Amino acid sequence: MPPVIRIQNLVKTYLMGDIEVHALKGVNLTVEKGEYLAVMGASGSGKSTLMNLIGCLDHPTSGEYYLDGINVNELSRNRYADIRNQKIGFVFQGFNLLARTSALENVELPIFYDRVHNIKDPRAKALAALEKVGLADRMHHEPNQLSGGQQQRVAIARALVNNPSIVLADEPTGNLDSNTSIEVMEIFQKLNAQGITILMVTHENDISRYARRIVEMRDGLVIRDHPVNARRSAEEDLQALKAAAAESLS
Amino acid sequence: MRWQNTIKVSFRSILKNRMRSFLTSLGIIIGVAAVIIMVAIGEGAQKEIRDNIQTLGANLLMVFPAARNVGGVSQGWGSFNRLTMEDANVLERQARLVQGISPMIRVRAQVIGGGVNWSTTISGVSVSYLLIRDWGIAEGEFFTERDILSRNKVAVIGKTVADNLFPDQDPVGQRIRVNNTPMKIIGLLKEKGKDSRGQDQDDVLLSPSTTVLYRFRDGRFIDMIYASAVSPLMINAAQEEMGRILRDAHKINTGESDDFTVFNQSELIETLSATTRTLTLLLGAIAGVSLIVGGIGIMNIMLVSVTERTREIGIRMSIGARESDVMTQFLTEAVTLSMSGGLIGILVSLVGSRILTQMTQIKTLVNPSIVLVAVVFSAAVGIFFGFYPARKAAALHPIDALRYE
Ligand SMILES: Nc1ncnc2c1ncn2[C@@H]1O[C@H](COP(=O)(O)OP(=O)(O)OP(=O)(O)O)[C@@H](O)[C@H]1O
Ligand SMILES: [Mg+2]
Repeated sequence: MPPVIRIQNLVKTYLMGDIEVHALKGVNLTVEKGEYLAVMGASGSGKSTLMNLIGCLDHPTSGEYYLDGINVNELSRNRYADIRNQKIGFVFQGFNLLARTSALENVELPIFYDRVHNIKDPRAKALAALEKVGLADRMHHEPNQLSGGQQQRVAIARALVNNPSIVLADEPTGNLDSNTSIEVMEIFQKLNAQGITILMVTHENDISRYARRIVEMRDGLVIRDHPVNARRSAEEDLQALKAAAAESLS
Repeated sequence: MRWQNTIKVSFRSILKNRMRSFLTSLGIIIGVAAVIIMVAIGEGAQKEIRDNIQTLGANLLMVFPAARNVGGVSQGWGSFNRLTMEDANVLERQARLVQGISPMIRVRAQVIGGGVNWSTTISGVSVSYLLIRDWGIAEGEFFTERDILSRNKVAVIGKTVADNLFPDQDPVGQRIRVNNTPMKIIGLLKEKGKDSRGQDQDDVLLSPSTTVLYRFRDGRFIDMIYASAVSPLMINAAQEEMGRILRDAHKINTGESDDFTVFNQSELIETLSATTRTLTLLLGAIAGVSLIVGGIGIMNIMLVSVTERTREIGIRMSIGARESDVMTQFLTEAVTLSMSGGLIGILVSLVGSRILTQMTQIKTLVNPSIVLVAVVFSAAVGIFFGFYPARKAAALHPIDALRYE
């Protein structure tokens, strides 16, 4: 079985007028199925650029990118859109839910753009995804009626609904407080335990320790790539927090 | 994207900005209503003309004098070869496909009778005139072949003349003076109403053709000839036959142009409605301009909408919307806007044309096909003016759209 992601010498150069911005200068990365990566690095090091390329939102300037063994750089724009729909689930820092649209309808959206499967009951499938993130009881709420953590869980349900090969999360906890962040990490760890491959960008060392492997970037290059030692369990951390809260109350 | 969802999303975004959507559609509403009402007025006028010409008489044929072409050069209005009584007579003798021939000699006349002075037209006609014009006598009788031979000074008057000269007396049997010639009224015509140009057809005084020709005119030239074909199917054949007889009588060789024209009813309808049709077209076209202005309004709002919803477009693309999905989405919205405007416009026009007819007596005729054209046209306006904004939306780069603030 080929690796989920195989990237070779990936380069991305932005043109701002006459100035060339070298966002990625030759990144190599291989991710096997079932891995959970935390991508770290200073601001401007190229993390988001890398995620966008892996997520087929953008084309690289040069280099090769194989997703599930397919060289995606050679694909048409329509096939690119289909890959985003079928193989990629995005979770953004700003949630990116459609406003004035219920949680359930937000999660249904990727099903409507699915040209491969003819899903008879999109609602049931969306509801199942919402159940996975524990939000079935909020399905009729619109984004402005949900907390930040709840919105991010809706976004995760939307990312999962078409059973993607990878979930890409660019600073998923960036807009959340620490407790809510750990809740999101709990969901990610559960999904990863079920075999879903996750790539997550984060600035926080604490958060990166919920992953299995850390990739560090600087100036458009991967400078360190190592497994997480002393991996944390979000479930245990949450229980500990609850216990501490109960103690301080009594 | 499934089409039900596309339409649902369209309606949602249109209803989200109710006022804005309404104002945008208003251009289309006004445009469609204007086109339909304008065309309805034109078609109403045409129908009136048609109906009126049909009241002229059954299987009617008319002969008019015409300008003569010699060697392909029109001799102009001065060269009008006038029709003579002999033309009417030769047709009467030879034409097999007509059941009645009548000359028509019209003279303005000052009529004195019952102590009243009335200005009208005296028409010299033959005994077949009533049959040709599908007319009848209400009272008294019509003049006879004898009256024509003897140029008798008898008259049959229309209702308007009777009402003015003898408001409370029986006109039949009364004596009158027409341009100082004494005459006797022997009959009263049935009421006929107005003709296509709104002229009162009952303001008329009929006399034997010879009487008018010799007493009020030069005894030679007549104005025109009326005839009636034996059956509706024979109208064209009768027209040809009359042409042939007159060409012989006028000694016109083959290749030379006629110095007369034989019209049949449908040609007359054609000629008269051609003018109104042009007018209808013109009115419709002017109204059509407002439809285009409405379309520009839609384009404007769709461009605003694309900008407002750039982020939404980015989100949809990031979860797998193809360019064509985004394109369809915005096109559907534009078409929904323009079509709902079109449908409301149709309702407005139906109500409007009815009110117009009631309040101003202007006849309107709303043709179902123009309604269909309006629906199709408003959809086309939506597609045409929605295309550019939709293309703009579809061409957005996913990342730029997602980052848009
Ligand atoms: N659309 C763009 N046009 C021009 N330059 C860009 C564009 N996007 C990113 N860059 C540049 O590329 C470099 C990498 O940006 P990127 O967003 O990948 O950084 P990052 O690691 O995600 O940073 P942060 O942690 O702040 O999100 C930066 O120098 C940035 O200015
Ligand atoms: Mg970033």
